[in-house]
Amino acid sequence: MKALTWCGTGDVRVSNVPDPKILQPRDIIIKITSTCICGSDLHLYDGFMPTMKAGDILGHEFMGIVEEVGPEVKNLKVGDRVVNPFTICCGACFYCKRDLWSCCENTNPNAWMAEKMMGYSPAGLFGYSHLTGGYAGGQAQYARIPYADVGPIKIPDGIPDDKVIFLSDIFPTGYMAAENCNIQPDDTVAIWGCGPVGQFAIRSAKMLGAHQVIAIDDGARVPERLRMAEEGGAITIDMHDEYIYDKLLDLTAGRGPDSCIDAVGMEAHGYTLDAAYDKVKTMLFMATDRAHALRQAINCCRKGGTVSIPGVYAGFLDKIPMGPAMNKGLTFKMGQTHMKKYMGPLLERIQNGEIDPSFVITHKLPIDQAPEAYKIFRDKQDKCIKVVLKPHEMN
Amino acid sequence: MTTASELLHRTQDYFDRSESSKNHFVNVGKTERQISAIGGGALALYGLTRGSLGGLVLAGIGGALVYRGVTGNCPAYSALGTNTNHDEGAAPEQYFDRGIHVTQSFTVGKPAAELFKFWRNISNLPSVMTHLESVEVLDDKRSRWTATGPAGTRVSWDAEIINEEPDRVIAWRSLGGADVDNSGSVRFVDAPGDRGTEVRVAMDYIPPAGRLGKLVATLFGEAPEQTIKEDLRRFKRLMETGLIPTTKGQPRGTCSRFFGSEGEIEQ
Ligand SMILES: NC(=O)c1ccc[n+]([C@@H]2O[C@H](COP(=O)([O-])OP(=O)(O)OC[C@H]3O[C@@H](n4cnc5c(N)ncnc54)[C@H](O)[C@@H]3O)[C@@H](O)[C@H]2O)c1
Ligand SMILES: [Zn+2]
Ligand SMILES: [Zn+2]
Repeated sequence: MKALTWCGTGDVRVSNVPDPKILQPRDIIIKITSTCICGSDLHLYDGFMPTMKAGDILGHEFMGIVEEVGPEVKNLKVGDRVVNPFTICCGACFYCKRDLWSCCENTNPNAWMAEKMMGYSPAGLFGYSHLTGGYAGGQAQYARIPYADVGPIKIPDGIPDDKVIFLSDIFPTGYMAAENCNIQPDDTVAIWGCGPVGQFAIRSAKMLGAHQVIAIDDGARVPERLRMAEEGGAITIDMHDEYIYDKLLDLTAGRGPDSCIDAVGMEAHGYTLDAAYDKVKTMLFMATDRAHALRQAINCCRKGGTVSIPGVYAGFLDKIPMGPAMNKGLTFKMGQTHMKKYMGPLLERIQNGEIDPSFVITHKLPIDQAPEAYKIFRDKQDKCIKVVLKPHEMN
Repeated sequence: MTTASELLHRTQDYFDRSESSKNHFVNVGKTERQISAIGGGALALYGLTRGSLGGLVLAGIGGALVYRGVTGNCPAYSALGTNTNHDEGAAPEQYFDRGIHVTQSFTVGKPAAELFKFWRNISNLPSVMTHLESVEVLDDKRSRWTATGPAGTRVSWDAEIINEEPDRVIAWRSLGGADVDNSGSVRFVDAPGDRGTEVRVAMDYIPPAGRLGKLVATLFGEAPEQTIKEDLRRFKRLMETGLIPTTKGQPRGTCSRFFGSEGEIEQ
C-alpha cells in the first residue's frame, strides 16, 4: 500500500510498504477513506519530537471502512464505517475506567521509554514517535487498529466523512480544552492560536455558553484564520499589531479573561523578546520547546482563573512564569485528549446539526501530494487551515 | 539493586514505620528487629539470631513471610524445613554474603485469586518473562526452568516451590546444580479500593564469579530491576487486557531512494 513515511526533519515521503495485517486478536484492519494532517504532525515534521525513526508511518487522524476483524472484536464487522481516535486505549485499566483515556497504562509497548522521560507512560498513539509506542499511523491506504473493540466509533451511513473525520482528534481536543475551563455564563475565554484546534476550542467555548470568546493569532501570517475565528463568534486580537494584554484588559474592563487556552503548543512564535530568546535557545538545543504563547496565557489569566493547555509540549520549557501562576492561584488543566469521553456526545451534536466540523477544511488532496501538503500547512501558505488526504484517490 | 545487608538496614526503617506490618509480625519486638527485616513489603526474609550475622539461618528465600527471629514466630518455616534433604541449592548464608536482592512491584487491576492462579501454574511464566524459554512442571513442587540470553546462551536449572499460601504467596528457589543460584517470591496484596492487587516480587541470586557472570545477564538481563519491571508490566497487561501490545509485524518504510522499494515488516 501507499503510506506517508517520516525520513527526517522536513522530509516526509510517500512510499510503498507492505499492507498491514491483523497481529493480535483485538485488532482490525481498515481501509482509510479520509486522513488529515495535524498541527501535532508538524512537531514531528519539524524535528521537535524525539524518538522518531526513518521509515515510521505518520498520521493519527483517520477514518475508514472495516476490512478485517480480529476474533476478539465483537462490536464491529467488515463493512462498518468507523472514525478512529488518535489515542490507543485498552478499556480495562485504572485510567480507562476513570475516563482518563489518554493515560491508558496498557497500550504503549515502549512504556519504559516514556517512563524514563516522564515518570509514567501515557497511552500509545498512532504515528507519533517511539516514545508513544511506535505504532504505524494512518496517513496510508490501510491501517491496523489495535484494541479496536474499544477505540473506533461507528458512523451511520449518510453522514459524509468531512463532517465526522475530526472526531478522530481536533474536535474532541478543542472541546476538552474548553470543558477544562469550567465555563460559566458570564465568563470570558481567551484562546491563543486559531489553527484547527483553536477553531474547535472557539466553537466549543461558545457551545458551553461562554459570554465572550477572544481569539489570538498572527494577522500578518494567517489573516484567514482570524477571519474564521470571527465567523465562529470570537472577537479577535492580531498579535502582530496589538498588545495582547492591553487588549484583553480592555475587552474585559480590567477583569482579565477567566480562562486562557493555549492552542499553540511548543512551536509558538512571537514578536517579543522572550520569543526571540526561545528561538535562539531551541536552535542551540538548549531548550526543546518554545513557550511564548503559554507564558502569555499565564500572565493574562485573571486571578483564580484556569489555564487550559491542549497545545502539545514534548520536553522542557524555559522561563515559565510560575511566580505569577502561584500568586494568582491559577488552575492548570492539560493533556492529550481523553478521546473516548467525547467522541459519542460530539457525534450526537453533529447529528443534531449543532455544528458542522467540515468548516475547517481548506485542502483536499490525494495522498501522493502529502509531502507538499505538509509544507503548505507548516508554512501557512495558500490560506491553508486543514488538509484532508484521500488515500485511494489518484492525482 | 541492593545487597542483602543494605537491604536489612533500609528495610528496618520501613519496618519501624509501617504500622500495617504489625499484623504479620505481632510478636516481634523492636530490639529483635534491629537487623531482621522484611523487604519493603516484598518478602525476602532473613532469619537471624539476635545481633549476629553468623547466626543467619535462613536467607534469601524471598517471600515466604517468614520471620525467624528470637521469637521464632515463623508460620511458614515448615514449608522450607521439609525440603532440606535432597538437592540442596545455595545455603542461606551464601545468599546473604554474596547475593543480590532485587524487588519490584506493580499494581494489577484484577483480584488476587486470579493472579495467583496464573502464577501458580508456573509454566505460564515464560509468556510474561521474555528471558525464560520454558518452565516445565516436574511435579507439584518441582520444575525445570530454561532461560536464553544474549548470543544464544542458554541455561537450565531445577527449582522447587518452597512456600505457598493460596491467593497470597508463592516462593521458589533453585536446587543444587544450578549455574546461578536464585530464589524468588511473589506476594499478592489487595490494593486499596477497586484498584486490584499489588503484586510484589522479590528475587535473590548469587552472581557466579568469573566468566560465568554472563549467565546472570541470561537470567535477569543487564539491569535486573528493569527486567523484572518489564516482566510485571507484561503480566499486568496480559491479565487486564488479554494481550501484550506489540508493533512487531506492522509495515514500515525504508526511506530508500531506490525505485520500487516495497518497505519492510517491523521485527
Ligand atoms: N492535546 C491534544 O490532544 C492535541 C491534539 C491535537 C493537536 N494538539 C496540539 O494543538 C496545537 C495546535 O494544533 P493545530 O492543528 O491547530 O496547529 P497549527 O499549527 O495549525 O496552529 C497553531 C496556530 O498558532 C498560531 N500561533 C503561533 N504562535 C502563536 C502565538 N505566540 N500566539 C498566538 N497564536 C500563535 C499559529 O499562527 C497557528 O495559526 C499543536 O501544538 C498540536 O500539537 C493537541
Ligand atoms: Zn491531531
Ligand atoms: Zn487502559
